[in-house]
Amino acid sequence: MNPLIVSSFTGVSCLGAGVEAWSTALAGRRSGLRPCAFEDVAVNTFIGEVPGLDRSPVRADLAAYDCRNNRLAEDGLKQDGFLEAVLDTRERLGAKRIAVILGTSTSGVMQVERAYQQADPTTGALPHFYYPETQNSYSLAAFVRRFLGLSGPAYVISTACSSSAKVFGGAARLIEAGLADAAVVGGVDSLCLTTLYGFRSLELLSDQACRPFDPDRNGISIGEGAGFALLTRADGAAARAAPRDAIALVGIGESSDAYHMSTPHPEGLGATLAMQRALATAGLAPTAIGYINLHGTATRTNDVAEGRAVARLFGREVPCSATKGSTGHLLGAAGIAEAIITMLSLRNGWLPGTANTARVDPECVCRVLLEGEAARSRYALSNSFGFGGNNCSLVFGRI
Amino acid sequence: MRVYVDGIGLLGPGFGGWTQACAVFRGETAYAAGATARPTVDLLPPVERRRCGDTVRLALHVGVEAVRASGADAARLAAVFASSSGDGEVTHHICLALARAERDVSPTRFHNSVHNAPAGYWSIATEAREPSTSLCAYEGSFAAGLLEAGLQVTAGQRPVLLVAYDAPYPPPLNVFYPMVGPFGVGFVLSPTAGATSLGSLELTLAEDGDETKLPDPALESLRRGVAAARSLPLLVALARGEQSCTHLGYLPGANVVVDAAPCAPPCGGDAG
Repeated sequence: MNPLIVSSFTGVSCLGAGVEAWSTALAGRRSGLRPCAFEDVAVNTFIGEVPGLDRSPVRADLAAYDCRNNRLAEDGLKQDGFLEAVLDTRERLGAKRIAVILGTSTSGVMQVERAYQQADPTTGALPHFYYPETQNSYSLAAFVRRFLGLSGPAYVISTACSSSAKVFGGAARLIEAGLADAAVVGGVDSLCLTTLYGFRSLELLSDQACRPFDPDRNGISIGEGAGFALLTRADGAAARAAPRDAIALVGIGESSDAYHMSTPHPEGLGATLAMQRALATAGLAPTAIGYINLHGTATRTNDVAEGRAVARLFGREVPCSATKGSTGHLLGAAGIAEAIITMLSLRNGWLPGTANTARVDPECVCRVLLEGEAARSRYALSNSFGFGGNNCSLVFGRI
Repeated sequence: MRVYVDGIGLLGPGFGGWTQACAVFRGETAYAAGATARPTVDLLPPVERRRCGDTVRLALHVGVEAVRASGADAARLAAVFASSSGDGEVTHHICLALARAERDVSPTRFHNSVHNAPAGYWSIATEAREPSTSLCAYEGSFAAGLLEAGLQVTAGQRPVLLVAYDAPYPPPLNVFYPMVGPFGVGFVLSPTAGATSLGSLELTLAEDGDETKLPDPALESLRRGVAAARSLPLLVALARGEQSCTHLGYLPGANVVVDAAPCAPPCGGDAG
């Protein structure tokens, strides 16, 4: 594929607002996970909550879009000079030439959860809520598109936990075909009852802060977050204006497991295909990859399948880490959050460790860094795998 | 960008399949709106068949019909699933459970709650390990899906299955997004004309403006009444084997324009 310059990126999670806060937290191997005290949820688990969302409604002219998910989106757009970078690009390229492709798994579902809790006890009728602006999957992209004043192609990808990795592919195709010159990609997912009680029902929630790749790992910790990246053509004026140490998206691989709705393929077959296809589109050999940010959910099944797949393809030497012990599992925003962490590893020359994990499960076989380490690599890969067996791997590089 | 339509599947009020619908679209039989036939999902293993609900079945049914008509190997197709609405039945039951004191969500309902549930079941049923995506652009979801499928066909020079589907929400949720009935449409799109190709589609983006409407009031109310049925003007043009230009509503500020042309005897004819 033709590389795409990532001219700006930003994120908000329980590690903090803005990527410097993330870098600091990851350098200190800090976890943002805390015992769950969200709303009136009675689930014995840890969560990665973003503080202050209850008190900060969205921009007044977009009040119909007000919900936890879009508040989190707005919070993200305002960090790291991202908003200014988009407005500057809009000035140069025109609003119609910038696409908005975003991922979410649950969008503003908390609005409908609340409505059901307040349903009329006799008729069952629900109190009013703004359905298209909040609960509908597209509401996130509609909100961000309006917030940024953009009018190019837009849609939301919702493929569970790979959603906001796959957005890079949709944006790349639009730009390659000449239907856009730049794209705002990313993802937002926010805490809600559906995922907390849903993952509890599947017995996939850890009762501690999650420990990816630890032999004693016992499930995930759910987090919330927003992440965005601004992609521009590598040959355009926007790219020439990019900083000299800019990062580019150089490869993307997508696949399906064709195995089970909520359990990954035990040998990581779909994961392997996604990583192979990402390398192929990047035109790189496995040895070119200097760091892998693992999907690493800390479930029994994911980590062993992923670790084996990584070791088969890359050998046992390439440094890997799983950062969900720090951020929690951001579900539909996990892909972009880990893309950001992967880009930070390239920019900072520093590979994050794996928070909360005491030792590495020998069954997982790949080289999982427990502590962070300095390393300047040219290329790094990020894995995202979702329910429905939906896989996506991204390769980023320094240009 | 140009793509070829190699097979179509269709299920909706008064439409039990593409061949039957063609007679209506050509004006040979009158449109009679009625209940949508129950979709069949023979291709799913029994365990998955028990687990999936009517919305997933609708998506799979039209996917199967389109793939069979195209003669393509389902396992080798990439797939794009587009829905304006997801699965309201699942959302309804999960929210009911969450409104009760015990909050005991069904694990099967939870894994069915993801927007990509049909894509997941599809890949399990067909053993397709190719990429699949599941997207939403609210009422412009069909146009968004067609555009993305077209981009995948041309970028990858490979056939792609597009499935657009929407099914009414149950009460009390239906008040917030009413639909006239379930509607699903499947297309197998390919980069080159083949033995089963019905027509070619030239896809472009344009300023938003008037969408193409249908002269038949009953078909027009179906088109307006459920987002996946925004595909109807394109289906009518393909059934008639006519050159046509269809403006599909996509987003505020953008339409997808489809210039369709026949490239073989249209459906019902001998594709030889």
